Amino acid sequence: MTAVKELMSAPDPVAAIAAAVRSKQVTALEITEAYLARIAAHDGKLGCYYRVDTDGARALAKNLDEKIARGEEPGLLAGVPIGVKDLLVTSGVETTAGSKILEGWIPPYDGTVVAKLKVAGAILLGKLSMDEFAMGSSNETSAYGNVKNPWDRERVPGGSSGGSAAAVAAGLCAASIGTDTGGSIRQPASLTGTTGLKPTYGRVSRYGVIAFASSLDQVGPFARSAADAALVLRAISGHDPHDATSLPESVPDWSAESSDPKGLRIGVPAEYFEGLEASIAAPVNAALKVLEAAGATLVPVKLPHTRYGVAAYYIVATAECSSNLARYDGVRYGLRVPADSLGVMYKKTRAAGFGPEVKRRIMLGTYALRSGYYDAYYRKAQQVRTLVKRDFEEAFRHCDVIAGPTSPQVAFKLGEKTADPLSMYLSDIYTIPCNLAGLPGMSIPCGFAAPKDGGPQLPVGLQLLAAPLAEGQLFRAARALQQRTDFHTRRPPEFA
Amino acid sequence: MRITADEVRATAELARLELTEQEVGSLERDLSAILDYMTDLSALDTTGVEPMTHAVPLFAPLRADVLGLQLDAETALADAPRSEGSFFEVPKIIEVSE
Repeated sequence: MTAVKELMSAPDPVAAIAAAVRSKQVTALEITEAYLARIAAHDGKLGCYYRVDTDGARALAKNLDEKIARGEEPGLLAGVPIGVKDLLVTSGVETTAGSKILEGWIPPYDGTVVAKLKVAGAILLGKLSMDEFAMGSSNETSAYGNVKNPWDRERVPGGSSGGSAAAVAAGLCAASIGTDTGGSIRQPASLTGTTGLKPTYGRVSRYGVIAFASSLDQVGPFARSAADAALVLRAISGHDPHDATSLPESVPDWSAESSDPKGLRIGVPAEYFEGLEASIAAPVNAALKVLEAAGATLVPVKLPHTRYGVAAYYIVATAECSSNLARYDGVRYGLRVPADSLGVMYKKTRAAGFGPEVKRRIMLGTYALRSGYYDAYYRKAQQVRTLVKRDFEEAFRHCDVIAGPTSPQVAFKLGEKTADPLSMYLSDIYTIPCNLAGLPGMSIPCGFAAPKDGGPQLPVGLQLLAAPLAEGQLFRAARALQQRTDFHTRRPPEFA
Repeated sequence: MRITADEVRATAELARLELTEQEVGSLERDLSAILDYMTDLSALDTTGVEPMTHAVPLFAPLRADVLGLQLDAETALADAPRSEGSFFEVPKIIEVSE
């Protein structure tokens, strides 16, 4: 049992567990039982899991152990217990997207990411809490309760993948899967001191991922370290005939690539530091200094359209969501509020099933697409998207990665921003441009800051961005930093 | 940019959402504040800039036209709020005028 505990608290639990299970030092079932016990002991304080699939996890573990006993290849993530955001459909396991409108929905199939995880030997522990339909930056729009930040339970874990982030931070899974439409992996990673990666648009299949904004949505891993994130990303990446937007490019073995930062050109955009609180800027700058001392070069770059990103994003994303969420009409699955005519049934079902933030975004998107407003909002936003993309293309002529803060603030208090949707939207300012341009982006812990309103020190995230398909450069920079600092190995004291 | 209560109601009709009067009021306030922020974009000259519809260049590959694995009717209907035989059941669609 000591071996199991050591594996769970290893700096790279994914790599450590996969190696130990593969070499028969521990069984997948032993590891799985240890995580199930930890969830039972701690998740009541945090609310990360909507549902724990105890039977399913045990069955996967037993299958894997039998496979290993027969001498068969167990897969890249052999015996690694993973939690999955409830936006990913799972065959036979209720999937709600955090919404009342899908309460009780049992999908008849596995999405591609879930299927790939199983093929890779991962053990799926259950479904993780999230903002309703991934619309939120604090996990507070979930129809099934908030998630608390393991570093300070009066605070949010970030969102929309709040459960995925908090579960990794508290050690309630070895790694997890989230989705990122405007920062929903990177911002909660930043707020919980975990490593989170949004891949290049098209790197990971979206088949079986409940759609929010289809031109922006991407699936990615949360892990304790960049090295672990690289393993999980490799397992879930690749072309999928079921997703017409998935890219045909082959998947590199990022773990085998060099993490030497010598000669790495790190672009530092002034726009990401303007007006930034000193308590956030200090650890971000310190991380850049560590990489510079190790041989990287810091290059000033310009991203002049950054300030237009939030407005353009909330037009594009809400327009796409208003269209994507039209499918929830009470006909084929999910909630139905009975009525005498079809039209009234639609309206009553959607009124009862969607929460306030989802309604707000459907309304905003519908408004932006209305005839007479289309050019002023939607078309304009798409043009701004082009300008944001061009900013990055120009910047990446001079650097390999772009670095800055992930979020303008540390974790805020539960309820602090719920009354003012715009202030919540503005907290996504540094993460949104990456989605608009379809780039890969990552957040890694780079230090701690004291919140202005008191309480314990909280994690600060460093955001790294790279050109399309250059995830390798993100891993290079992140692994280089994590080899020289120990912020990613710190644990929330209550969940150490 | 002010959005009126009537515009909120008309938009809700298009979005197939039934709103309470209280929701109309809060949406009027929230959407106005958000749209106000979005008017920032109009200050930016985008003359001649191509609108970006997608993050990656899309192509439409063709697959062989062969029958693959499909959900059978029973499985597809398992989550339906109401079904009859091999059909989804819905309330009446055609309104008959008096």
